[in-house]
Amino acid sequence: MRAYTPKDDVQKKSYYTDRYYVAPQVPKFDVETDDVFAADLKAIKAKFKVSEAYIQVEQMVVYINPKNIHAVMTLLKDELEYNQLSECSAIDFIAARGGFEVFYQMLSMNKRKRLRIKFFIKQDEAIQSVSDVYRSADWAEREMYDMYGVIVKGHPFMKRILMPDDWEGHPLLKTYPLHGDEFAQWYEVDKIYGKEARSVIGPEIRDAARVDRYDTERFARLGHEVDFGAKFDENQAETPIKYQEDEGVFMIKKLDSSESVTITDRDR
Amino acid sequence: MAQHKIDFTKDGGLPVALTTIDNVVNWGRSNSLWALTYGLACCGIEMMASGASRYDFDRFGTIFRASPRQSELMIVAGTLTKKHAEFIKRLYDQMAEPRWVISMGSCANTGGMFNTYATVQGVDRVIPVDLYLPGCAPRPETLQYGVMMLQQRIRKEKANRSLKPKRLM
Ligand code: SF4
Repeated sequence: MRAYTPKDDVQKKSYYTDRYYVAPQVPKFDVETDDVFAADLKAIKAKFKVSEAYIQVEQMVVYINPKNIHAVMTLLKDELEYNQLSECSAIDFIAARGGFEVFYQMLSMNKRKRLRIKFFIKQDEAIQSVSDVYRSADWAEREMYDMYGVIVKGHPFMKRILMPDDWEGHPLLKTYPLHGDEFAQWYEVDKIYGKEARSVIGPEIRDAARVDRYDTERFARLGHEVDFGAKFDENQAETPIKYQEDEGVFMIKKLDSSESVTITDRDR
Repeated sequence: MAQHKIDFTKDGGLPVALTTIDNVVNWGRSNSLWALTYGLACCGIEMMASGASRYDFDRFGTIFRASPRQSELMIVAGTLTKKHAEFIKRLYDQMAEPRWVISMGSCANTGGMFNTYATVQGVDRVIPVDLYLPGCAPRPETLQYGVMMLQQRIRKEKANRSLKPKRLM
């Protein structure tokens, strides 16, 4: 028997790893190489602790302390002219580091610069909402909660945004299987018909190319010809298609290679 | 006053047509298949195209209604998400009998390419389906053909059969 491998964290392990593969790195540059970013970073550093800062793909990335997020965002909006929060979400690092990296992607129309505020939180840690500073954070934070289970404090309407309210689990976690856990797979059956309907409706069929041999209504069953809708069970013998010579299907003949000709003259 | 006398017994002049109840009722049913607007995803665009002037569903008596109470045909055109599953069931239940369902496109048939946690793998897990249309998306001609197939099927039915409500279970 094969050894049992737990299936609850299937995406953690990759199917194939190249021994000599070196992951490509986007080069990081010093913040001092850009005057605008250098001034911004100086303004942030004057008030808050910055653990790391660099420029990557012409965007500044600043790591701050999660406790300061609301104050930093206020500073960015009121003083540093970053007037748009394009996106904020989390990145699942639970397996590697036991938590999430949360990022806030900012845009300054006046300076024509993009800046990313980042910080790391533990899995059970809550973050402070910034939806009163940037309205766009409202839905983005709800999505963060919906997809990753990051709890956001001080949010006016903390509720799932994409998945149904009674959903279990957070689908973008790396531990969440793509086809859904048991709850997800039976969700619509359980909700509409109740758990006892599971045996009647049956599990989801996720193989799109599946042909049910014993379904005599919807599939043409080559080699198992029976009448439309006939009862047919597994014990029934196969009825393979036979050639005409073997008293099989009319006109379906065996190939006699001695009779076949290769045409060379195309104007024949 | 009529200038000439009509001989009702000659040349089919009798203003009466003889037929069976089944034929009359099914003629009416099959030629006034009012469909519920149920565009859920990209297939919905093809369904709208079928309804618009180029393909003109009105010719078949298929007029889209925005209310389940006024429709007897539900064309499920698109991806049914798990979040939406309860609503499709509720709308189906609100439709008056007799009612028919066309599952349009791979997504509605089997979940299609959305082999994920959030998509219902075929609407027949939630409501009974009468006709499956393959394709991603089926062209308007396919949908027209599907509706005509359904019309033919309706014409073959017994009109005065006791209406057995269609239930998945
Ligand atoms: S079957 Fe194709 S066209 Fe239709 S809803 Fe699905 S993805 Fe869109």
